[in-house]
Amino acid sequence: MTDQTPALRLEGIVKTFPGVRALDGVSFTVMPGEVHALMGENGAGKSTLMKVLGGIYDPDEGQIFIEEQPTVMTSPMQAKAKGVVFIHQELSLADELSVAENIFLGELPLKSLGRVDWAKLYSQTDAILKTLNVGFNAKTRVGDLSIANQQMVEIARALTVDPRAVIFDEPTASLTDAEKVVLFDVIADLQAKGVGIIYISHRMEEIFKITDRISVLRDGQYRGTLNTSETNEDEVTQLMIGRSLDLSRNASHHELGDIALEVRGLSCGDLFRDVNFNVRRGEVLGFYGLVGAGRTEIAETIFGLRDPSAGQILLNGQEVRISSPIDAISHGISLVPEDRKGQGLVLGMNCRDNMTLPQVDDLTAGPFVSDGAEIAIFDQYRDKLDIRTPGWRQTVGNLSGGNQQKIVIGKWLSMRPEVLIVDEPTRGIDVGSKSEIHNLIRDLAAQGYAVIVISSEMPEVLHVSDRIVAMFSGRVMREFTSEEVTEDSLIQAISGITGDKVA
Amino acid sequence: MNRETLLKQGGIWAFIVVELIFFSVAGEYLSVSDKAFMDFDNMLLLLKQSAPIGIIALGMTIIMINGNIDLSVGATFALAAIVLLDSMTWPFMAAMGDWAIPLAWVFALLTGVILGAINGLIVWKTGVDAFIVTLGSMLGYRGLVFMYNGEQPTSHLNWTLVDFAEAQFLGLHTATWFLLGTAVILWLLMTKTVHGRNAYAIGNNREAAVNAGIRVGPHFLINFMIIGFLAALSAVVFYSESGSVNPNDGMLYELWAITAVVLGGTKLTGGYGSIVSTLGGVIAIQLLRKGLGHIGADTETVNLVIGLILIAVLFLDRQLNRKGKEELKI
Repeated sequence: MTDQTPALRLEGIVKTFPGVRALDGVSFTVMPGEVHALMGENGAGKSTLMKVLGGIYDPDEGQIFIEEQPTVMTSPMQAKAKGVVFIHQELSLADELSVAENIFLGELPLKSLGRVDWAKLYSQTDAILKTLNVGFNAKTRVGDLSIANQQMVEIARALTVDPRAVIFDEPTASLTDAEKVVLFDVIADLQAKGVGIIYISHRMEEIFKITDRISVLRDGQYRGTLNTSETNEDEVTQLMIGRSLDLSRNASHHELGDIALEVRGLSCGDLFRDVNFNVRRGEVLGFYGLVGAGRTEIAETIFGLRDPSAGQILLNGQEVRISSPIDAISHGISLVPEDRKGQGLVLGMNCRDNMTLPQVDDLTAGPFVSDGAEIAIFDQYRDKLDIRTPGWRQTVGNLSGGNQQKIVIGKWLSMRPEVLIVDEPTRGIDVGSKSEIHNLIRDLAAQGYAVIVISSEMPEVLHVSDRIVAMFSGRVMREFTSEEVTEDSLIQAISGITGDKVA
Repeated sequence: MNRETLLKQGGIWAFIVVELIFFSVAGEYLSVSDKAFMDFDNMLLLLKQSAPIGIIALGMTIIMINGNIDLSVGATFALAAIVLLDSMTWPFMAAMGDWAIPLAWVFALLTGVILGAINGLIVWKTGVDAFIVTLGSMLGYRGLVFMYNGEQPTSHLNWTLVDFAEAQFLGLHTATWFLLGTAVILWLLMTKTVHGRNAYAIGNNREAAVNAGIRVGPHFLINFMIIGFLAALSAVVFYSESGSVNPNDGMLYELWAITAVVLGGTKLTGGYGSIVSTLGGVIAIQLLRKGLGHIGADTETVNLVIGLILIAVLFLDRQLNRKGKEELKI
């Protein structure tokens, strides 16, 4: 590798914002045909670095080289013309346009008088799609494609130039396992063509599966580059957070209480069928399965956001009818949703108001909301959950993901719920805060709460759960205790391989 | 109040100060009259004149914070005015002497509340966007106005009423008191009560509000009833004095109200905004009108300038906001 010209090289990049040194002399090199992981906690400087590379920010110091030619980036379009292409986590496609129009948006092939050369457009697009081996064609409307296929359109867009380097930013965030395999094939193809690839992800499994080298950023500083084959997750994590992350199994040592929530034969159309489970006080019940297995939908049904087509929900042995979140809340059922920013928080509001939102009705003195009562609740749960914020006036949108999640959890704990359902508790939260959230969930169980945790991350489910429900395609495949569960048996169960099915 | 909110909400008042200085200085050279612009009586009059649209704009603020919009306020204003003036000519009302006045007010205000409730119920029960619903009711309510008396103006002058409308208490005109009173009550409503809190939450993130167990519909309904009431109140204040309403009165009021609200920094997308800043927006627009008139500009020029300033101010606001700047560069 050493005698090759690097596809892309960054040297001594410095970028400061008022009061923050976001990038502090970051250097790293991507060789042609290499998959180079860029890792770091949220706020470590990954996105700032990519914005410098894409010409959105001008670096204060430092130099970018493409094939050893010093280059100044002025815009993402210009970066693309120079062969540096970004595949963003958030897709930016026009739903109503065709695949071909999206791919060549802004550079449609033209005939005289500015008319679009449709024949050429479709033939060029089909040529690119063929190299990607996808199951749709140039004329498909983008809005009709799955998320995974839309991502393929983004990748196809990158291939309209002859790229030197392609940057993937959290590309698997919303993909199923099968879709990931397809994506990794495409990355391998690019690699074989000698394209340098920067792969940004929080997911260790993927990093170790597909990358050649790993560079780590921490607090805007370059912390080193490791050869993937010569390192392990611990070493990388230590480099990222300065210590290692505890993901050992963690069954409860305290006595479990009575059954708090029981679900019998719950079904909801095609989403899930005949689901049975229960959760006791003091217990963490994990739900594991692929995206689309019906886990979130079960949670939403219990919380009153969906109407079940059959089945019963029993709370403390009594059947309850829940047809709206208002019913669920009044029965003591709380949901910390999957999409924290979209469903859990009012981002423009301050911390205190977010935390007291469901119970502000009960915090009045005369016609007005009582400031004192609200601040008392906020202070209590800020201390209890160790929420780090300058004060209750802080706008929630300005907090880190981990602290935002704690606000949502605090919101429900202050209602003293019977059952707390947490959907993807650490999605989008950096490694350091992850273990805090995990410990918090274990603590809540120890205090006697019945907790249901839904997660797509196996280490997380194994780490926090006393029992694990494995789901596949809307059905409960198997229930494991934390003593009997193995990674293999869990994977088999969520892939629909029944094996020794236990009823 | 922390620094961030002070910067955001202080902007409109800084703009007002700039206007005052500009018109005072420019008035020295260009004024068509000898009177100074910052004359005390002139300022009192300005407050009084900003009341009709001001009261509606305050109501529009809570509607927009809640994530909705109401385009029907101008027509509601006109219809409430007709009810106010016409009801006093009804035989049983005429027989009551001056006691007919409070009853006529009640009729007019009730008209506003009912028209607002119709908007609110449709938005709540059908889930159709408030823009569309009130676009429809704007046309519909205006139709009612014309059905009432055709192209003819509706007139009734009651001198007791005129005296009341022209009265001054502690130096301020009746209309000004109504404007300030409305502002205080709505400020308390939006910052201190559960309804206000929930209205902000719904406007900012409706899904999160629903997940927190907030009933969205009733809050919509209440806010539409409030703005209907305020449109009628604005009519009561204005037509008590003038005594005659044309079927075209109140046209474009919805847009002037929205202009004042937006100038005050409230977002069209909901979840943000303040009553106090809207009051600033209302005063800023009235100052512009009066100031431009003071230095000899005609009505057409005034509208052109206000339009340009609205865009310029919002562009400046966007430039001062980091995020907006980044988006512009991409």
